[in-house]
Amino acid sequence: MKRHLVLAALIAAAAAPQLVLADSNLPPAYWSNRQLPDPRQEAQAEALMEQLRCLVCQGQSIADSDAELAGDMRDLVRRRIAQGEKPSAIQAWLVQRYGTWISYRPTAEPAAWPLWLAPFALLLLGLLLLRRRIRVKEG
Amino acid sequence: MSRAIRFAPLVLLVVIIAALVWRLATPADTSVRSTMIGKLVPNFRSEPAMVKKMDFSSSDLAEGQPHLVNFFASWCVPCIGEVKVLQDLKRHGVSIYGIAVRDRSDDLADFLERNGDPYQRIASDPQSELQIEFGSSGVPESFIVDGKGVIRYQHIGPIEPSDVPMVLSKVEQAR
Repeated sequence: MKRHLVLAALIAAAAAPQLVLADSNLPPAYWSNRQLPDPRQEAQAEALMEQLRCLVCQGQSIADSDAELAGDMRDLVRRRIAQGEKPSAIQAWLVQRYGTWISYRPTAEPAAWPLWLAPFALLLLGLLLLRRRIRVKEG
Repeated sequence: MSRAIRFAPLVLLVVIIAALVWRLATPADTSVRSTMIGKLVPNFRSEPAMVKKMDFSSSDLAEGQPHLVNFFASWCVPCIGEVKVLQDLKRHGVSIYGIAVRDRSDDLADFLERNGDPYQRIASDPQSELQIEFGSSGVPESFIVDGKGVIRYQHIGPIEPSDVPMVLSKVEQAR
């Protein structure tokens, strides 16, 4: 009996997120899972989709995510690229709505400075350590 | 090697574990804030969601009166509970415009019949385009738009009964 209860609880727990994150009954938007006929445009769209963060599954890009909103955003990206809009313009349009959060690409804003400086700082630290070791050996 | 340095890895481990425990105990806020607050509602024209109900475009949000723009859907479970709160807001004189995200008119009619209809107008958003225009990332989400069409406030998730006084004061401020 106890085991059945545990099992029921596990099933309920597994089903619960689906209740909360329910999906709509509409099919995916036309361009969400369809490549653009022009390979150059598709490559542009793909590159942009890979650096846009999904609003639902926040660790994934919209290229990787199965969330409906990510599908609708892929549709938006492909439609705009097919209309001749530049990827940078589409990205700027999204940043205007969601902030730089929407893009995985680090920007030059002050909050990102440590990120840019880290490689140089680490390299410097490595060189210092190396110098100390070499000196010890000489001695 | 001095004693202090010998214990450094242990201290580091304790610090890392403490950081992890702290993050588990107080999870980060993962809601995405719109950066459209203080800006004009982007130009949009919508499709009518239902034959009986009028839809609206961005210009209808700039006619002098503040509006509560509520993103909802018939397939969204928390939206069911939110309807009662929206009806309460409506009784207090708030004009509520709904945007039905990825919805079908049959499902929508069913939803409104079953749960009640607090909406003055309803626009349809079959491909989440309006949602992205507002910088919104899910349902339910609500925006207070003032009489000039400027977005003043974003509410992520359902408006709870305890939020009513706060929302009413935000609407008052937008008048």
